[in-house]
Amino acid sequence: MPKVGLFVPCYIDQLYPQVGIATLRVLRQLGLDVDYPEEQTCCGQPMANSGCAEDARPLAERFLNVFGRYDYVVAPSGSCVSMVRNHYAQWLKGKPGFDRLRVNTFELCEYLVEIAHVASVDGDFPRRVGLLMSCHGLRELRLARSSERMDAPFNKVRQLLAQLRGIELVEVTRPDECCGFGGTFAVNEEAVSCMMGRDRIADFESAKAEVIAGYDMSCLMHLDGLIRRARKPLKVLHVAEILQGAKLA
Amino acid sequence: MSSRDTILNALRRNAPPLSPAPRMPEGITYPDPEKQFAAAFTSVGGEFVRVPDYATLNFELEKLPYYANAHRIVSLVEGVGTPNVALGSIQDPHALEGVDLAIIPGEFGVAENGAVWIPGSALGSQRAVYVISEHLVLVVAADRLVSNMHQAYERVKIERPGFGLFISGPSKTADIEQALVIGAHGPRSCTLYMVGP
Amino acid sequence: MTDHAAKAAAFVADEPRTHWHDQALWFVRLKRDRQAASIPEWEALRTAAASIKAHTLSRLADYLEEFERNAQANGIKVHWARDGAEHNEIVYRILSERGATRLVKSKSMLTEECHLNPYLEARGIEVTDSDLGERIVQLRHEPPSHIVLPAIHLKKEDIGDLFHEKLGTEAGASDPKYLTEAARRHLRERFMAAEVGLTGVNFAIAETGGVVVCTNEGNADMGTGLPPVHIACMGVEKIIPRLEDLGVFTRLLARSATGQPVTTYTSHFHGPVRGGEMHVVIVDNGRSAILGNEVFRRSLSCIRCGACMNTCPVFRRSGGYSYGYTVPGPIGSILAPLREPEKYGTLPFASSLCGSCSDVCPVKIDLHHELYEFRQELVRKKVVPWSKRFGMAVLGFILARPWLYRLAGKLARWIVPRLPRSLTYARYNAWGRQRELPAMPRESFRDLIRKESA
Repeated sequence: MPKVGLFVPCYIDQLYPQVGIATLRVLRQLGLDVDYPEEQTCCGQPMANSGCAEDARPLAERFLNVFGRYDYVVAPSGSCVSMVRNHYAQWLKGKPGFDRLRVNTFELCEYLVEIAHVASVDGDFPRRVGLLMSCHGLRELRLARSSERMDAPFNKVRQLLAQLRGIELVEVTRPDECCGFGGTFAVNEEAVSCMMGRDRIADFESAKAEVIAGYDMSCLMHLDGLIRRARKPLKVLHVAEILQGAKLA
Repeated sequence: MSSRDTILNALRRNAPPLSPAPRMPEGITYPDPEKQFAAAFTSVGGEFVRVPDYATLNFELEKLPYYANAHRIVSLVEGVGTPNVALGSIQDPHALEGVDLAIIPGEFGVAENGAVWIPGSALGSQRAVYVISEHLVLVVAADRLVSNMHQAYERVKIERPGFGLFISGPSKTADIEQALVIGAHGPRSCTLYMVGP
Repeated sequence: MTDHAAKAAAFVADEPRTHWHDQALWFVRLKRDRQAASIPEWEALRTAAASIKAHTLSRLADYLEEFERNAQANGIKVHWARDGAEHNEIVYRILSERGATRLVKSKSMLTEECHLNPYLEARGIEVTDSDLGERIVQLRHEPPSHIVLPAIHLKKEDIGDLFHEKLGTEAGASDPKYLTEAARRHLRERFMAAEVGLTGVNFAIAETGGVVVCTNEGNADMGTGLPPVHIACMGVEKIIPRLEDLGVFTRLLARSATGQPVTTYTSHFHGPVRGGEMHVVIVDNGRSAILGNEVFRRSLSCIRCGACMNTCPVFRRSGGYSYGYTVPGPIGSILAPLREPEKYGTLPFASSLCGSCSDVCPVKIDLHHELYEFRQELVRKKVVPWSKRFGMAVLGFILARPWLYRLAGKLARWIVPRLPRSLTYARYNAWGRQRELPAMPRESFRDLIRKESA
């Protein structure tokens, strides 16, 4: 039985613990041997994205120490997993255990589809749901075909959610335009960031979405901030929170 | 050291490791190239007219809305149109200002994008004729169509020294609020006659 | 230093106009998508284009020499310029040697980069930018705001007012057809009077010694068919090896740039007009240095299509002028700081790293990866302000120590809900200007797990 290490991003640990709980429920429901190593903190993305590579290095090294012992590492975050798979080589190349870690670290939806081979999602979710196809998960992890590319279409997230009874996945005019979070971008370029977020929300509203669902809570945090300031009735949910009530097989 | 040598030395010094040239990808081929060509040519603002022979071509030509008022006409296609400007006698391209219609032969057409290859030798002595004329007519044989630009460049013979171009429709611009306006600096219209049985 | 964030904030302050600008460019992106979808081998074409460029860059000097030989055999004079200043001198010399004072120019981002227009105008040369969009911004004494759509930031009423003032069109007239007709007449006069025509180069072919210029308006063709002298200016990276390589690039360029299958005119210049002259000026201006930079050399593959600008959600909502450089948007945010890191240090941060640019780039430049890497360059060079670097060092310190991270988290979650809104949402809180902070839960995930196992 493979041992799965649960990687809970720092902002989920601190601000959205229910997403971590939901992720744990989903993985346990599949009968997986899931461990949450307590010594984890952060993948280092805020520092790395700011160009402060040397400040991210200790975090990358810590990550390898903490998670190197697992067969799989699963996280409810596209951007954090992208950090590990696409950017950690800068600090960890050649270090024992890194190659294995890199190819076995997965975002939740891709783990469910590619590794756990979840074929059926048995549950109810009678809501109009807009999918936020966050950029790192989309264009770095290729969780779906991006609208810019002309390969055969696929969407691992949609694949899972579409099976829920009653769910209506709404069509928006810009299915994968960036929401404007972008990490420190949200603060450094606050004006453009917020306009991008409001435009995304308006798109979901036009499609009459009740819920905005995504696999990156950081993007949802940004949209939720705008939604709550404007007192709109939209709800944001992580896909783990939607899947936790269903039976996956 | 000359600028030339300075630049070339710097480029050699900084060259990345040799990377191989790739094989050309297979281009799309159309089961009905003429249909695709007509659609592409029309979509870029051109007029496509299919004629069985040159007699019909001339008949159709006279039906063009501007033809009756075309005072100065150049024709580089033998037997087509009633030209009254002999390009060969013109020494200065500026004298072409005010030419209402230029009739030019296209060597072949490209179905994927409605482009027509015109070698410089087909333009006679004053190559500006294709762009300075108010209206443009192109004449292309029906059995001279390729599907895509890879095939096109296999057929293109670059005259050296010389000139050649692909024309696809009339001149146009969308520089004012993205509103498409047909007829920018070059011809205001481009009618293509595809001739053949 | 160009402060993109400040300029962008000013742009965005006019929300309706920003949405208009955003929609206009998004529409071009959609047209590009439609064209790309019509070509089943689209992704294979991109890969081929990237490979041709990579191959060419690895043998750039050889191909340039081959080009020079073949161009000279075609009767073309080839000049070499180390930098922008030398480029300008060469162009001026060609003009002054012939006593020419009237130049007509089609689009060339290279000549913008070298600031050719002001150089020539200071020496008594009348320079007419003949592309309609470029002529519009020239008349307004502005730079282009987009490399392919120079006047995309202007409404037709703005252009109507401009033409009324400069070309004598009717006051208040803003119909694009009417205005274009006026521009046609005005520019026709300039084409007819020009003594020299200058073009850029979309592609220079080593194998045949010629240059290819792609336009929709026919302005490059007018500018080279009438005056007897043609000057074509190119950066060293515009060279491609063989004629057949054009098959790949002509299929990608217009589709990526404007969502058309091809430009109206794809003109192959292999020699002067009869009785005329043709010159090609090959310019380095920092390109050979970029070639030597392992991380950023792929940016030299750029074919200046502008697709990255059309797709960039930040460019669409901040406009070309926010970047303060000849070439704006994602590719500009690499090229500008390569040239002057101190001046353009904010540009690589004017991005959410969404990656859309990399997915539309016809030559598959890893744009968003280069932007990420450039941020590290700027930190190493200390172009990023000390306050930001220090802040990240502190954050890194905290996050590397689990006990400190947990303590900081617990404190924040405890304090924030107890602060008055006037303090939490004070001016210093950039997040809080237009957004609510997330609700602070009492317990972290780790707390909940500990409780569960207890």
